[in-house]
Amino acid sequence: MIWLTLRQFRVQAAMVFGGLALLGAALAASGPGLSGRYDRGLAACGSRDACSNFSRMFFNDHQVQYGALLGLVILLPAVIGLFWGAPLIARELESGTHRLAWNQSITRTRWLAVKLGVVGLAAMVAAGLAVRAANWWAAPLDEAVADRFPRMAPVAFSAHGIVPIGYAAFAFALGVTMGVLTRRTLTAMAITLVVFVGVQVAMLVWVRAHLLPAERATVPITLENLSQMTLDQGSKVMTVQTDAEPGAWTITNHTVDASGRPAGLPASLMSGPCAPPRMAPGPQDPNADPDGGPSKACFTEIARLGYKQRVTFHPAGHFWPLQWAETGLFAALTLGLSGFCFHWTRRRVS
Amino acid sequence: MSAVLQAEGLGKRYGKRWALADCTLDIPEGRIVGLVGPNGAGKTTLLNLAVGQIRPTAGSIRVLGGVPASGPEQLAKVGYVAQDTPTYSSLSIGDHLKLGARLNPRWDDAFARERIGRLGLGLGHRAGKLSGGQRAQLALTLGIAKRPELLILDEPVAALDPLARREFLQGLMEAVAEHSLSVVLSSHLVSDLERTCDYLIVLVDSRVRVAGDVDELLATHHRLSGPRRDTLPEDQHIVSESHTDRQSTFIVRSDGPILDPAWTVGQVGLEDLVLAYMTATPRRPTLEAIR
Repeated sequence: MIWLTLRQFRVQAAMVFGGLALLGAALAASGPGLSGRYDRGLAACGSRDACSNFSRMFFNDHQVQYGALLGLVILLPAVIGLFWGAPLIARELESGTHRLAWNQSITRTRWLAVKLGVVGLAAMVAAGLAVRAANWWAAPLDEAVADRFPRMAPVAFSAHGIVPIGYAAFAFALGVTMGVLTRRTLTAMAITLVVFVGVQVAMLVWVRAHLLPAERATVPITLENLSQMTLDQGSKVMTVQTDAEPGAWTITNHTVDASGRPAGLPASLMSGPCAPPRMAPGPQDPNADPDGGPSKACFTEIARLGYKQRVTFHPAGHFWPLQWAETGLFAALTLGLSGFCFHWTRRRVS
Repeated sequence: MSAVLQAEGLGKRYGKRWALADCTLDIPEGRIVGLVGPNGAGKTTLLNLAVGQIRPTAGSIRVLGGVPASGPEQLAKVGYVAQDTPTYSSLSIGDHLKLGARLNPRWDDAFARERIGRLGLGLGHRAGKLSGGQRAQLALTLGIAKRPELLILDEPVAALDPLARREFLQGLMEAVAEHSLSVVLSSHLVSDLERTCDYLIVLVDSRVRVAGDVDELLATHHRLSGPRRDTLPEDQHIVSESHTDRQSTFIVRSDGPILDPAWTVGQVGLEDLVLAYMTATPRRPTLEAIR
């Protein structure tokens, strides 16, 4: 049965693994040069400001490749779900070949187990290779951008570590399940895509932050941790957002007054020390002059009035625990879907 | 164990519709069984139940003494050539034989290769490029080389032209003679079965109308024609009847001879017999209304 599974799977496998091999070759060729340039630049930059300037420039020079690579790692599980998972059973049901397979001397449970096992394993290996290669190549860029766009940040998180393996397994199982349910390859592919994207977004927006208890802190508002300051002249509202700490993923962000109650910043600041024209290009904007932003007096005045920022966040140290928790969650979903496939194939499909 | 297939009150329901109802059968070993009935009568349902592709809603079925598809041993004993003779279109004939060899403990590779060779097919041919007849032959080869005790074929020749049809049935008969298989073969055409089968099951509207040895069926069915009459003696079971104002024609089943001199008694061919069962109308409704 393993032979038959591999025989049926070889074209699809060749497409994905062939693509990965090409990508791997390109990364292997350019990776050492990239990290060499980064190391030499850091060694030569001298002062702290110059080094952070160099890191910024270095990342800006490579951000297209970096973004494309992360995008590829995020896309791969969807591709696997669509092109490996959805057709796996649906194509057999569509062409009636399951009736040929199920009447060999092998139970359909074993037939499904081997198919799910072999192709599912291949899916996890493919995703694992892709994320490993991408993270290896992008390590200098990850480091260079860590203070602005840490790997804890929602999208980057999904393209680092081990979660892509969990996504791939889940997307594959989802594709197979939709195939078993709809019995139509194209329908299964469409539904798989929609559901997979939906689950990814839901994970990112609602679930991930709660997989581990987040940390809370009340931090002073300073030029260093300021990520955003908005002055609305019309409604006289001024809001600020700060980073919790370097490399952290900040989840909530409120200003509190001296007594610790949530409060808005007084409008008087806007016409006083925090007044434009030099308003608020935070470190989020890569092209900003690092010396820009509100004046020192603005922060001094905010501190004098007792305003601080209350943040909940996952510090950089939560990266691996969160990775394991999310991978575990997707592993559980994968097992659930697989169990459903077995049940449905045994009981309902004919 | 002398029964190849035993069914007791077997039924399969899809939603509200019974695809097969109240089916009781006892098919002896070593027969070539023709399962005949119009499209949608429940032939495929019965065969799918026999190979364990689907499970019964009611009653029970045992094939070669076991529950269909209950395990690898049971699966090894029953060969199935499904409707439309599915094959993997992207796989070659050689791949199909390899598939058979790897998935069946009793696989007869020498036979399979020899048969494919005799059909003039190359092992490198992709199954997707074969004609309908060639594909059916490939599926049949897979079914026989598995060395089952019972081979079940669901409308294997329905999509074939007359020549391919004859070649297929000939190939089947040769294999049956060679390997002493029991066979169940379905068709909606009696002519396909007439030359091959020695046991017949007629299935109409999800119900078994008649089942039995072909010779016995032919011996016990008679065509009676004569002056108009509406009833017959108890021991003559009416299969079908037609009347004009003066004349009546019946096809009846009767174990004893027909002695009434008023009747002209004629033989019933297999085709007419099956047709009589297929078109048989229940006794009660007025014939005028139907005519």
